Order: sequence, then C-alpha cells, then structure tokens
Amino acid sequence: MFDTSSLAKAIFGRLTLESLPLHEPIVVGTFVVVALGGVALLGAVTYFRLWGYLWREWFTTVDHKRIGIMYMILGIVMLLRGFADAIMMRLQQAIAFGGSEGYLNAHHYDQIFTAHGVIMIFFVAMPLVTGLMNYVVPLQIGARDVSFPFLNNFSFWMTVGGAVLVMASLFIGEFARTGWLAYPPLSNIGYSPDVGVDYYIWGLQVAGVGTTLSGINLICTIVKLRAPGMTMMRMPVFTWTSLCTNVLIVASFPVLTAVLALLSLDRYIGTNFFTNDFGGSPMMYVNLIWIWGHPEVYILVLPAFGIFSEVTSTFSGKRLFGYTSMVYATVVITILSYLVWLHHFFTMGSGASVNSFFGITTMIISIPTGAKMFNWLFTMYRGRIRFELPMMWTVAFMFTFVLGGMTGVLLAVPPADFVLHNSLFLVAHFHNVIIGGVVFGAFAGIAYWFPKAFGFRLDPFWGKLSFWFWVTGFYFAFMPLYVLGLMGVTRRLRVFDDPSLQIWFVIAGIGAFLIFLGIISFLVQIAVSVLKREALKDVTGDPWNARTLEWATSSPPPAYNFAFTPVVHDNDAWWDMKRRGYRRPLTRFKPIHMPSNTGTGVILAALATAMGFGLIWYIWWLAAVSFIGLLAVAIGHTFNYHRDYHIPADEVVRVEDARTHLLAAGAKS
Amino acid sequence: MTLAVVPPQSSEPVFYVVDEHDHPEGASTMLGFWIYLMSDCLIFAMLFATFGVLGGNYAAGPTPKDLFDLPLVAVNTSMLLLSSITYGFAMLAMEKSRVGAMQAWLVITGLFGLAFISIELFEFAHMIHEGATPQRSAFLSSFFTLVGTHGLHVTFGLVWLVTLMVQVARYGLIEANRRRLMCLSMFWHFLDVVWIGVFTFVYLMGMLR
Repeated sequence: MFDTSSLAKAIFGRLTLESLPLHEPIVVGTFVVVALGGVALLGAVTYFRLWGYLWREWFTTVDHKRIGIMYMILGIVMLLRGFADAIMMRLQQAIAFGGSEGYLNAHHYDQIFTAHGVIMIFFVAMPLVTGLMNYVVPLQIGARDVSFPFLNNFSFWMTVGGAVLVMASLFIGEFARTGWLAYPPLSNIGYSPDVGVDYYIWGLQVAGVGTTLSGINLICTIVKLRAPGMTMMRMPVFTWTSLCTNVLIVASFPVLTAVLALLSLDRYIGTNFFTNDFGGSPMMYVNLIWIWGHPEVYILVLPAFGIFSEVTSTFSGKRLFGYTSMVYATVVITILSYLVWLHHFFTMGSGASVNSFFGITTMIISIPTGAKMFNWLFTMYRGRIRFELPMMWTVAFMFTFVLGGMTGVLLAVPPADFVLHNSLFLVAHFHNVIIGGVVFGAFAGIAYWFPKAFGFRLDPFWGKLSFWFWVTGFYFAFMPLYVLGLMGVTRRLRVFDDPSLQIWFVIAGIGAFLIFLGIISFLVQIAVSVLKREALKDVTGDPWNARTLEWATSSPPPAYNFAFTPVVHDNDAWWDMKRRGYRRPLTRFKPIHMPSNTGTGVILAALATAMGFGLIWYIWWLAAVSFIGLLAVAIGHTFNYHRDYHIPADEVVRVEDARTHLLAAGAKS
Repeated sequence: MTLAVVPPQSSEPVFYVVDEHDHPEGASTMLGFWIYLMSDCLIFAMLFATFGVLGGNYAAGPTPKDLFDLPLVAVNTSMLLLSSITYGFAMLAMEKSRVGAMQAWLVITGLFGLAFISIELFEFAHMIHEGATPQRSAFLSSFFTLVGTHGLHVTFGLVWLVTLMVQVARYGLIEANRRRLMCLSMFWHFLDVVWIGVFTFVYLMGMLR
C-alpha cells in the first residue's frame, strides 16, 4: 500500500503534467518548431555519422581555438532566441493600444522581458566576448594554448549547461517574471512561488562557475604565457582589454554567486536576507547584485574596445595612436567600474552625499572612454583607411557609442535620474551602448577574425547588407524609446492607454524588423561564404595586411598555433616582422608538447546541469545523485596524471610543408 | 626554458625561438590558484558585508550575547589554528621528502579539522535547539550563512586532504602531487585567515554589540 501522489512527488518533485505549458498556443507552436528542427539536426548528425567526430574533435577538445568557435556558435544560437523575445515584445507594445490586450498575456509577457535580458547578457554577449578572447588571445601572445586547457573545456560546457536550463524553462514550467535581475521581494518565494526564479538562479549559477574559471584561466594565460620579448607594454590592445575584462570577471562574478546563493537560501530554507520582515533588507540585494552588475557591463564592452583598436589600426595601416594612453584608459575604466554601482538606484534614497559621489564617479568614466574615442580618431587621421566590413562596424560604433555615452552622462546626474529612472529612456540608453558597443564589436570581431579561424573570408555583400540593416534598425528601434522615455513612459509595460504614444512603438517595431533582416543577412552571409569558400580563400594567413601575431601563422592555424614560438621586438609584432624581412622557418622542426582531449568537462557540466534541474523542481534524489556524481568524477579526474602528448616532428613537418606549398601557389597566382 | 636570445647589435633579428623545450607542467598553477582564492575571498567578503549590514537585525529574537559561548568558540578557534601549524609541519616534511612524516602530519591536520567541524556542528545544533534557527532573524540568517560557508569550505578541504593522501600513497611525492599539496596548503591557511575574521567580527565584536 502506498500513496501514488506522494510517490510521484518523491520521483518528480513538483514537476507534473500541468507544468508543461500546453495551454499557451504560442509556446506549443514554438516547441513544435524547435522539436522538428532539433530532430532534423540530430537526425542529420546521425545520418552523416558525425557523432564520433563531434565528440572526439569538438566536444572533448581542449584546443582554445575550437572552444572559442563553440562559444561563438552558442552565442549566435542564443542570439536567435533572445531576439525572438525582443521582436515579440516590440509587436505586443506596438498593438496593445486602445483597449487591445495585444496577443501576449501578462504571465507570458513578463517571462519574455526577463528571459530577453538574461539571455542577451549571459548567453549571447558573454559567449561572444569569451569566444573571441579564447580564440584570439593565445594567438596574439604567441602561445600554444591557454594555461589550463581542461578547465577551458569545462568552463565552456558549464556555460552551455546554464543555457540549457534557461532554454528548458521555455517548455518545462516557466521562467522568472521578475525582470533580468530578479529583485526581491518580488523574486522571493512569497511572490514568486513557481519554478521561474529557480530556473533563473540555477541557470546563472551553473554558467557563473564557468565564467569565473575561464576568467582565472585567461588571466594566467596572459600573465604567464606571453612570447619572449612581449612585455606588458608590448601586448596588443585586445590582449590588454581581455586582461582587464578577466580581472573584472574574477573580481565580480563571485559577488553574483554569493548574492544568488543568499536569494536561494531565502527561497529554499526560508532565511531572511531579502525579506520584508524579520530584519531582512531587499535593498541589500539590489546593492550586492549591482556590485556585480556594473562591472559586468564593462566586462562586455572592454573586449569590444580592444577589437575596435585592432581593427582601426589594421585598416588605417597605422600603428595605434596613443597606445600607452589606451592601456591606462582601460585600466582606469576597470577600477572606476567598481565605484559607480549605486547609480542604478539613485532613487533608493541614500541621500544627497552618496548620490553625488556615485554621480560624479559615473561622469568621470566618460573621460577615459573619451580618450579612447580620440585615440581611434587620431589613428584614422591621415591613415590609408580601407572600408572593409570590420572597419564599417567600427565607424558605426564610434557614432552610436558616443550618443549612448552622452545619454549615460545625462542619466548620471541624480536629479535627472529621478525623472528618468526605469523609463524607456534608460532602456534606450543601455541598448544604445550594448548594441552600439558590444554587438557591433562582436560583428567587427567576427568579420575580422573569421578568415583566421576558417581560412576564408566572409562574403562582403551580405555582410554589408547585414551591417546596414543592423545600424538603421538600431536607430529606428531605439530612438523612439528615447522620445517615449522623455515623455515619461516606464519600462516593462504590456498595455497602453494613451493612443498618441502608439506611433513611436510602431516605429520601434519597424526598427526591430530591420534588425531581424540584419540577423538573417548575417546567417545568409555565413552560408554564402561557406559555399564560396574557394573564391574567398586566404592562403597567406594574413588577409588584411594586419599587425599582430595571430596573423603570423596560417589560416586556420595548426593545432599547435606556432611551429616555433615567436620572439617579439615591437608593439605590432607581426608588422615589425614583415617590415624587417622575417623568413618563415622551414627546417629543424621539433616535436611539440600539447594537452590531450578529455570528456570530463562535458560529464561534469552535464551532472551540474542535472543537479540544477533537480533543485529547480525539488527532485531531491536527482540533485543528491548528481552532486555525488560531480564529486566522484572530479576526484576521479585528478587520478589521471597523463594529460599531455607530443605532436611528432614528422607531423609538424607535414603541416608546415603543406603551408609552404600553399604560400608558393598563392604567390604564383 | 632556454631561449636563443637576440644579441643586442645583431643586424639579423631573431624572430622565433629555435631551441625550445617543453613548458614545465603546472607553471601557472600557483598563480591560478591564488587568483581562485581571491575570488573565493570575495564570496566571504560579501558574506561579511551582509553580516555587517544585517547582523544587528535581531527581529526581537536572540542576540549574540544570548547565544555565543565564547570559551567553546575559543577552543574551536585553537583547533583550526593548530591544524594550520600541523599542515605547515607536513609541508616541511614534504620539502625533506619524508613521506611517512608528512602523511602523519596530514592525519593530525585532518583530525584537528574534524574536531573543528564537529564543535561547529555541536554549536549549531545547540542554537537551533534553543530556537535560534537561521529563519528566526536576519542576524541569524547571516550568521549561519557566513559561519556555515566557512565550515563547508573546511569540509571540502578535508575531502581534498584525504584524496591527496591517497594519491601520495599511490604515486609518491611526484611533482604533480607536491604542487597539489601546496595548493591545499594555501587553501587551508586561507580558511584560517578567514576564520580569524569570523572570530573577531562575528563572535568577539558580537559580544560587544
């Protein structure tokens, strides 16, 4: 005799058939499309017998280049999801006037704006930025790989695990309805008793472990593995900005981990950190999460600044203007980014003195940023500028980001912020700097380094189309929001009463549609480039006549990056080598010491994800089993002392000879 | 690593290292582990900050004076401090490659650590029995979380200690194992330093509130 419902509870926790959102036709439709697409993809992989190849060569790889590419793929896939949310919101806001409820109910709409923010920041911007750093930094400093190659693989899969949890919330249960930072008391158990906030917490915790570890990894790589001769002040600017970004990651993500842990204690065992009673303080949460949150935006934008620096100098054919000031500006931004967090809640009422302090520090950040802007301008001044795609993104960034910076300084004035707080003006501002800075930067970086990663360029026609759709789409989508914000419209609204506002939302919707065309053009660009890869081929390894070390090796680089470790004499190391008659070494190759692949990272991340799922749904046995599994696999992994191998000299000779033939053939044609 | 260094006045600059040897394994491990410790330190910093802000919010419940048994905490503190000293002795034995002595000191370290955890659990059980649960007030929430997080770290350190002892027993004091023992050493001393902070700010200053 046993009670079936308590047995079901023991096995499935609070997961029941009712948890599946079968009553939401939009979600069901999405599920059908995603399921069909997923089945087609898995079927294709099975049909072409690619599982073994994918597992051996990609999933278990410790090669920083392949991990970088996988990060980029994750970022682009999640961009599609995050953008689907965006366009749904735009459509809802464009039609929900004059008594119309639109087509999204409040329950669904609130999940969408939360998921949009979370996905775009954590699973689009972060993977794109981390992917570029992972790919480029070791090449730029003349290293064979990162300091901890296994950890790199593990970090990537933890990020994937977080993304899987967030995606699962679409079809199993629901996502948070709290806004992307899940402020209590709304996010506390009393007001959000469902699984949404738990998906949020565990998605971010699992991904956060990966982010922190990859931050530690890249700091060590940059500090320890630079090629001989590359002093700190000879590092390429992208490497500098990556260093600062990773310092920011290590110095801020633990704060997120801690604050989410406290929120989960409130939700799971009923502590009183952020509650309204028993001495809890919701504002404590807001402070703590922004101590992470503000550095986070610099984590995203600093590497973009680095990309623009590399691109500007390459396509202007000039050494970067004011290298030293660029480095110091980056470092100053790194430090200042910790002293401004309170500007996100001037309205908390901390008093005039506190608000003034944070207002002033916020305004001061515009000084080093302005210095960077002038450095890029002076690099272009009297340069031979080639308006290739990466350079176009850079120029668009310079226009757009300055605008976003100015509205940022406006918001930094506390009295103005009291009017504009949580208005669409704010929404327009941060999209202005994140799209204009991070997204444009990511596209510039993709266009710039794609030939290095794959050995052929991206098709310029579709790239330019994507560029123009994105840039005009951005202005159409967000300039109306500035106007609406100044008129007092607040964010996260689902329906509107005042019909005179509608036209602005319609314009913003058109802008979102243009961005949609931009994303489609980008995908077409990749497909077309793959088809035309022979015509777009790069045999030299240096298609842009660039300046830094990653262009000294072949495209794509061999597994070992450089047959011989380069020796650096100048800031623009590769430019210096070309100028002074560098000849590629053709003999005396030696075996090369490399790390071996391992599946442990995938297994650990899968267990962590399963544990997260168990905790979200109160499936305690699953959480416990996965946790024990995590410990066992992690400890078991430390018993493996043989984690490296040598690429034999013959193999190096074969690869390098092939490149010699290619170069000779390229020189003839 | 030996490098072919460019002579300063060379007309033909050297652009690559000809005579290269393998990188010594684990060259970045100590730096990486230091940075990890600092990130962990930041988690504790947040918990300290939370305790600093919420630690006085008793919500008409028990206060530190009602709850803390300073002699017991003093005994507990000495357990952890002694375990740090004995870990130091283990490291000295490792330097002299005396495996047996090192393992013995590690056992003693582990026992002190276990004593620390046991006393802490006893203290917690006692408090909860008296109704001073983590749910009772923001003060108790932040107290249990800060002290408990430290305790979890020590527990994890014990698991790690046992693992390393097994690995040393199986593979001897090879380079990789020495490196791992150094990492655990840093971890263990770090927890000691954090505990000094806990003892001072939570217990001693709590009694003065």
